[in-house]
Amino acid sequence: MGTFAFFYFAGIIVATAGMVVAFKNPIYSALALLVMFFHVAGLFVTLHAEFLAIIQILVYAGAILVLYLFVVMLLNLKREEHFHRQLLVGVFLGCVLFAEAVLLVLKGETTLGNSLPAADTSVELTRGNTESIGELLFSTYLFPFELASLILLVAMVGAVILTKKGILEVKN
Amino acid sequence: MDVPVSYYVVLSGIVFSIGLVGVLIRRNIIIILLSVELMLNATNINFVAFSSYLGNLSGQVFVFFALTVAAAEVAVGLAIIIALYRHSSSINIDDFRLLKW
Repeated sequence: MGTFAFFYFAGIIVATAGMVVAFKNPIYSALALLVMFFHVAGLFVTLHAEFLAIIQILVYAGAILVLYLFVVMLLNLKREEHFHRQLLVGVFLGCVLFAEAVLLVLKGETTLGNSLPAADTSVELTRGNTESIGELLFSTYLFPFELASLILLVAMVGAVILTKKGILEVKN
Repeated sequence: MDVPVSYYVVLSGIVFSIGLVGVLIRRNIIIILLSVELMLNATNINFVAFSSYLGNLSGQVFVFFALTVAAAEVAVGLAIIIALYRHSSSINIDDFRLLKW
């Protein structure tokens, strides 16, 4: 059952990721990415990361992708008829990178499989995923958590400043 | 837990490579940003898989931070795209080859 779920989610994720890159219309690309986000969330559920699955749907599908769709529809875009002329180089580099990753995994297969200690799921199972993450976030990772709020503040101010009229325009 | 962790690593390798190819071959800046999102999601899959297999929740907290950075990146990136579009009414990457100085 777990294997079937993994292959279902993995197949849809790979197919929709390919569609994001292959579609010529940006709206179709964004919608393919939406399907991919939902299936990544499903994969997170099978890995017992329920909190992240919900956050994935809320933040990625609910906020980030809607922002993309707004911008795509705001700008009057023409269909992109041709890929970049470095198409072959790009595909070749991607294949090389993937082959490297697979070779590393195959080489480390023995160590990867054996050296992992038996999963200690007792904490999560008795207390729930969200509660454990919350406690970790507000104890061990308190400083990075505060830093994350600062990053969001800077991004917000930056977005407002950048979209203000007259910043990048030629003065005339 | 009958799926080996290496399957997840290979899946995230595939998605990351697709994202990389997307950054290299597309001309539309919005699609390039979408491909960057693909790469971020590939790393997130890896983080969650290892966190689940090691029984250690730190990986999931890291995904949380990656998500924060992704949200900030999208906000600033889309603002830059809108400013660029206002400036030259195009978001084709080939039109932006000249630096100002």
